[in-house]
Amino acid sequence: MVQGSPPAAPPTPRPPVTRTPATAAPHTAGAGSAIGPERVTGAQSIVRSLEEAGVEVVFGIPGGTILPTYDPLMDSRRVRHILVRHEQGGGHAASGYAQATGRVGVTIATSGPGATNLVTALADANMDSIPVVAITGQVAAHLIGTDAFQEADIVGITLPVTKHNYLVTDPDDIPRVIAEAFHIASTGRPGPVLVDIAKTAQAAMTTFSWPQEISLPGYHPVTKPHAKQVREAARLLATARRPVILAGGGVVRAGASALLRRLVDASGAAVTTTLMARGVIPDDHPQQLGMPGMHGTVAAVAALQRADLIVGLGTRFDDRVTGLLSSFAPQAAVVHADIDPAEIGKNVRVDVPIVGDVAEVIAELLVELEKEHRQHGRPDLEGWWRQLDAWRETFPLGYDETDDGHLAPQYVISRIGELTGPEAIYVAGVGQHQMWAAQFISYRRPGAWMNSGGLGTMGYAVPAAMGAKVGAPDRTVWAIDGDGCFQMTNQELATCTINEIPIKVAIINNSSLGMVRQWQTLFYESRYSNTDLHTGHGTVRVPDFVKLADAYGAVGLRCETKADVDDTIRRALEIDDQPVVVDFTVSRDAMVWPMVAAGVGNDDIQYARGLTPAWDRED
Amino acid sequence: MTRHTLSVLVENKPGVLTRVAGLFARRSFNIHSLAVGPTEHEEISRITVVVDVDARPLEQVTKQLNKLVNVIKIVELEDDSSVRRELLMVKVRAEQGQRTGVLEVVDLFRAHVVDVSAESVVVEAIGSPTKIAALLASLEPFGIREIVQSGTVAIGRGPRSITDRALERVGRSA
Repeated sequence: MVQGSPPAAPPTPRPPVTRTPATAAPHTAGAGSAIGPERVTGAQSIVRSLEEAGVEVVFGIPGGTILPTYDPLMDSRRVRHILVRHEQGGGHAASGYAQATGRVGVTIATSGPGATNLVTALADANMDSIPVVAITGQVAAHLIGTDAFQEADIVGITLPVTKHNYLVTDPDDIPRVIAEAFHIASTGRPGPVLVDIAKTAQAAMTTFSWPQEISLPGYHPVTKPHAKQVREAARLLATARRPVILAGGGVVRAGASALLRRLVDASGAAVTTTLMARGVIPDDHPQQLGMPGMHGTVAAVAALQRADLIVGLGTRFDDRVTGLLSSFAPQAAVVHADIDPAEIGKNVRVDVPIVGDVAEVIAELLVELEKEHRQHGRPDLEGWWRQLDAWRETFPLGYDETDDGHLAPQYVISRIGELTGPEAIYVAGVGQHQMWAAQFISYRRPGAWMNSGGLGTMGYAVPAAMGAKVGAPDRTVWAIDGDGCFQMTNQELATCTINEIPIKVAIINNSSLGMVRQWQTLFYESRYSNTDLHTGHGTVRVPDFVKLADAYGAVGLRCETKADVDDTIRRALEIDDQPVVVDFTVSRDAMVWPMVAAGVGNDDIQYARGLTPAWDRED
Repeated sequence: MTRHTLSVLVENKPGVLTRVAGLFARRSFNIHSLAVGPTEHEEISRITVVVDVDARPLEQVTKQLNKLVNVIKIVELEDDSSVRRELLMVKVRAEQGQRTGVLEVVDLFRAHVVDVSAESVVVEAIGSPTKIAALLASLEPFGIREIVQSGTVAIGRGPRSITDRALERVGRSA
C-alpha cells in the first residue's frame, strides 16, 4: 500500500530557508523564544513544527500523499525517522516510546490504507490513555470527497478512537494545529491526536511561525481537586475498617507512584494495582495484594468484595475489574479520583467524586489524612489485615506442573523476570502470556510493564517493545509475546535489526490462540474451533520462529526443556547488539488462574478450575 | 425515560456537528430532535439537542460531550424556566368543500397559510412542541399530504445569557 501515486505536480525546488537556530521548545508552546516567521513549504512547516514540539524520534512509513513531507524530513537534524514495516507497528512503537519516555510518541503514515492501518494503534492508545500524535497525508484538497486514489476519510474513521483529530487543507494552519495536537495529546487525560494534512497543503508555500499561545476555548482539563471532596475522602480513609486503594494506569501517567507509596504507607490500607498499573506500588510492598479483576489474585478480588471503602485512583472500574457490576463490592463506599470527569460514576456508583490530576489529589489527600490522624488517631486495621493475610496465605499465586511434560509457561515467564530484574521493561501482547506476565513477574517500578490493556490488541508487543527500546536504550526490553500475537506484527523485527534496536522477544509458544483455547476448554466443551496454530511440539512448525528470526537478521533461540530455560535466558541477555527471539515451546494445556468468568460476580472467582474459595468460612 | 433539552455551545468549525451527533449514537443515546444555528458571536454555533434519557445517563452523555475539544459549554434548559419553539410546515388537503374548515383551524392556532393551490394549502406554525402537536392533530382529519418540522430551539427565560461567559472565554483566548 505504500506504492506512491505519481506526484500530482513536478516537485518544486525547495526555496532557501533561513533557519533560526532555536533551542528545543517544550511542546506546550509559550516558553520558548519567538520562532518565525519563515517562508517555507507546508511540508517544511510540518517538519519545523515537529522540531519545535521537541520531537526527537518519529516512527513512520512514506507513501504518495506524504511524500512532500518526507523530503525535508530527510534534512532534519533534530528529528530521527525510523522506517517501520507496517503502519500499525509505527503506531504501537510511538505508544511504547511515549510510555518509556513520558513524552508524546509520533507516527507518520500516508493516506488511505496507510492511515487505516494506523486505526488499531490509535484505538489502542485511546483506550490506554497514551499520548500519541499521528500525522497522515491526505489527497489533494480539491480531490477530497471524490474517491481519489488512496483516499480515506481518516478523520471520520478515527473520530471515535482519538482524543481529537484535524483535517488541514490550509498550509497556514499547520504550526497551530500541530502545536494544539501535542498540547491535547499530552495534557489532561492523555490520548492520541491525528492530524490529516492534504498533499496540496504540504506542497504550497506558507509562513512558518511557532505559536506562543494555544487557544482552545473548549479544552480546559481540571487538574486541581476540590478541597472539600479531598477532605471527605481523607475522613473516610481515616475511619474505614476495611479500606482498599485501587490504583490504576492514571497513577502511572501522572507520575504519582512515589506519592501513592506515601499514601499507602500513611493510610495502612491494602492496595491493589490494576493491569495498567502493575509496578506503581512495588510487588514486594507488604500492603500490595497484587492485581484485581478477571485474573487477579484471590486476595485482591476478595478484598474489593469485602471492603468498606474503595479509593479508586486514576482507574476506570473496567468490567474486567468489577466483574458483574451488581455484585461488585457491595459494602464499599467509593471514592473515585480521575482527571476525566466522564469516568467518574460511569460504571460504579461513587460516594466521593474527585476530578483532578491524581498526583495533586494524592498530595492533598496526604495532608488531609495526616490532619485526620492527628485529631482522631489511626484506625485499627488489624482485623482486616488478619483477614487479608489469611487469603494471601491460603490462595497465593501459583501454578501446577504440566501433565504433558512440556514447559510450564508460568515458569518460563517468572524466570525471565527473575534473571532480568526490575530495571528492565516488559512488554506483553494479549492473551494468556499477557496475564502470566502480569502475574508472575515482580514489578518494582512504574513503567516496567507495558501492555494493551483496554483494547486488547494482539500484536502489540513487538512494535511497542521496539518503541520502548528507542526511548530507553539503556534498559533491557523484553517483548513477552504469544505465538499468535507475534505473527501479527513480527515484521518490525526488520526495523529492529536495520536500526539497531536490540529488543528481546520471548515467544511463549503454546501452538495455539491460548486464551481463546482456554475459553473453549472451559465453556465450549473443549471443542477447539480454529485455535490451533501449528507452531509447537510435534507440529509442522509453520513458521519456524528460529528460522524466521534468522531471516530477519535476529538471533533465534529455541528452548523446550525446563533444564535449558535459565541458560537460554542468560544467552539472550548477553546479546546486546542484535534483536533476539526465543521460541519457548510450552504446554498448550496450561491455563490462567485465578479466573472470574465473564458475566459473573467476583465472589465466584475460581482459584483453580472448579475451586471457588468458601467465603463464609473465611469471613 | 424523560425528555431533556440541552443547549450545546460549540466552536463554529467544520465537522463539529458530526462529532456531537456521533457521540450520541456511539454512547447509545437516541436524539429526538436537533437544531443548529449561528449565535451572536460568529465563532460560536449553538446546537439544541432534545434527548430521551434518564438522569444518570444524561449526566454521562453531558460529561462525554464536554470532553469534545470543540464543545465550549453545555446547559440543560428546564421546561419551566425556558421558552422552546419548533417550526412546522404542513401541506394539508383543502379542496373546495373543506377549505374553510382548514382555515378555521389555522386561525385558532394563530398559524399562517404560506402557499395555496387548488387542492391544498401549506400551513406554517411556530410554537411549543405541545402546540405543534395539537395543531397537527386538528389538521389530521382534513388529510395531511406532507410535513416538515424543525428541531426544537430553546432559550432560558430572564436576563441571564448562557453565551456571556462562553464568549468571554473565546474572546480571552482569541
